[in-house]
Amino acid sequence: MIEANNISKFFGDNQILKNINVRFEKGKTNLIIGRSGSGKTVLIKCLVGLLEVDEGCIMFDDRNFSHMTFVERKKVRKEIGMLFQGGALFDSMTVEENVMFPLTMFTNQSLEEKKERVDFCLKWVNLENANKLLPSELSGGMTKRVAIARAISMNPKYLFCDEPTSGLDPQTSGVIDDLISRLTEEFQMTTVVNTHDMNSVIKIGDKISFIYQGQLWWEGDKKQVLTTENKELNDFVFATELTKRLK
Amino acid sequence: MLKVFRKPDKMQVFRRQFFIEINNLGVESLGIVAVISVFMGAVVAIQTAYNIDSPLIPLKMVGFTVRQSVILEFSPTIISLILAGKVGSRIASEIGTMRVTEQIDALEIMGINPANYLIFPKVTAAMAFNPVIIIISMGFGLVGGWLVSVFTNLYTSHEYIDGIRSWFEGYTIIYALIKTVVFAYLITSISGFMGFIVKGGAIEVGAASTKAVVWSSIMIILFNLILTQLLLS
Repeated sequence: MIEANNISKFFGDNQILKNINVRFEKGKTNLIIGRSGSGKTVLIKCLVGLLEVDEGCIMFDDRNFSHMTFVERKKVRKEIGMLFQGGALFDSMTVEENVMFPLTMFTNQSLEEKKERVDFCLKWVNLENANKLLPSELSGGMTKRVAIARAISMNPKYLFCDEPTSGLDPQTSGVIDDLISRLTEEFQMTTVVNTHDMNSVIKIGDKISFIYQGQLWWEGDKKQVLTTENKELNDFVFATELTKRLK
Repeated sequence: MLKVFRKPDKMQVFRRQFFIEINNLGVESLGIVAVISVFMGAVVAIQTAYNIDSPLIPLKMVGFTVRQSVILEFSPTIISLILAGKVGSRIASEIGTMRVTEQIDALEIMGINPANYLIFPKVTAAMAFNPVIIIISMGFGLVGGWLVSVFTNLYTSHEYIDGIRSWFEGYTIIYALIKTVVFAYLITSISGFMGFIVKGGAIEVGAASTKAVVWSSIMIILFNLILTQLLLS
């Protein structure tokens, strides 16, 4: 479980996150949703420690991540997998080398053991024959799937996904959503997904946190999100013509 | 920058990166260094030969002047300035691109010290291999001066070789290599830093690359003065 306790983040005089209290549960796909510029990317960056919170603290299973030393944080970070918006694959490495990279850095496994793990992870994301490809040879959907394979290679306890379906067609987005949901369930990970894709929200949102103007505005699940009376959330959820008609 | 000079997360990975960087930053620069050095040596030789008017000055002074110029200044300083352009822009743009495409964030999330992983092998590889490049450059510079004797009648090959063997002091090589190591450190650390702090996109990566070359060159010139005063006074 991951908790953000009363966290605030400032950029100069501009307060981006305002006293956010939120809990992300184990074995569930926890979604952070909100409009562009609402602060959800800043929130996820604070959660993983890429940005430091100015007030409050982040807890990973009762371990205070915000007040840890560099070495202590390193230990927690080995339990974290992250899927970046653009994939963030190392472009000088092949798919296999990308997925193998955390294993090379942090384990003493033999090459055969590492290759076995890489094959397992790539099979999980349905990319069995892509080992020797370079990131430049991959499509958007394949890039995301390789990034997921790399994120799970160390068998993480926590998985963070920053807009995993952005830039993908609806069908490929569905595949990525399914993967994230299956991974969370099967490996009992604490998954935090930052998205503004309503298809993802309705499909995999076990727990949804709506961020509005830097504040935690609403919490619920995928059923409640469609029936809520909250005006700001309704404006966000039913912003597209399609969702308006469905309503 | 302090994060750069820490013990690598895994020595085996560091060793591999080190040799990759020796190839990328060093071996791949040998071609341009050789060409520039040959022409540099030839030009110094021709200019010296044309400026010796007095019959009292022996023509072997051409060889002596080429050797001194190449060892003391042209190879360590000019070649380092060339490398600041070639290697510095490469390092800054490589690391800068990794920054804007979130690859550095990915390293950090994994629990890897990205500054150490990316910059330290480059700094150490350049400090270890640049002296080799500069010694090769000195050799090619001297060959350039000798080629002038072969293709012109300004002085004979014998006079030139006699000149480069006259009044040789081994310390000049040590002085040149000390400068080279310091310049290698400046080029790689400044360029790595410029790339590492990039924020934005392609334009900012380009700007970082330019800044890396400019600042590396300025610092090379500055430290050239300081080291010359310290080591030769």
